[in-house]
Amino acid sequence: MPSTPESLARPARRRGVGAVLVAVYGVLAVAAAGRSVYQILDRFDEAPIAFSLSAVAAVVYVVATLALALGWRRVAWATIGFELLGVLVVGTLSLLAPGVLGLDSIDPFGREATVWSAYGAGYLLVPLVLPVLGLVWLARGRGAPAAQAAAEG
Amino acid sequence: MILGFTIAQIAVAVLAGLLCAGLGLAGRGPNDATLGAIALVEVLLLAQIVIAITAPAFGNLPTGDPLEFWVYLVTAAFLPIAGVIWALVERSRWSTVVLGVAALAVAVMLYRMEQIWSVQVA
Repeated sequence: MPSTPESLARPARRRGVGAVLVAVYGVLAVAAAGRSVYQILDRFDEAPIAFSLSAVAAVVYVVATLALALGWRRVAWATIGFELLGVLVVGTLSLLAPGVLGLDSIDPFGREATVWSAYGAGYLLVPLVLPVLGLVWLARGRGAPAAQAAAEG
Repeated sequence: MILGFTIAQIAVAVLAGLLCAGLGLAGRGPNDATLGAIALVEVLLLAQIVIAITAPAFGNLPTGDPLEFWVYLVTAAFLPIAGVIWALVERSRWSTVVLGVAALAVAVMLYRMEQIWSVQVA
């Protein structure tokens, strides 16, 4: 496709490897959102702090997915950075001091497990690896519509 | 759920996921083989929906929460559809990898569904 103004105006059609990042983020956003909504509806009083954090994480994943898909770089930096911080802090707390989060169990597959418990072990550690890949991708100047057009032009 | 069927279904989803991820990384755009593999994953998910609706009538009840189970199953059934739409909109090698991601996510979700149905206690 020649680099016409029309093709520049529709960068979302060609994202390169970033498309895979968006897809994985989308799946994780759905997984985290589905589980946290279910836990909050079904058993919020069991671990209100952990489940609230889980809901926050789910919203951040949804926003990060949108930011990556639409090329909002500043939003992507903020949300992905927040995720990395979240998975490290909550992951560490869930293993060393589960009581702080109101958790009775450190089982990453248990009924109180959330997306960040034990560094996301219940999600095959995807929540730990993904923000690192996302930040690397952003740092390499990808994800901006202008940069994409230049790289692919 | 029927354990044997679920194991076969997970195997198909894993193989379809590896096939799509591999062919995508090798530079292939979505083609009949990869879209066909995803279609097979979807057909098996629809069969799983029929099984999950009818099984309780034959005394095969979930030990876990049916609501949690159905959230997983319905979400999983939408993943291949979303992947195929993605692949038709953007016919690049990365869309083939995305099909693989969808199939592997379905495999993980099926594992969770089997746990909820036969291991987990609500």
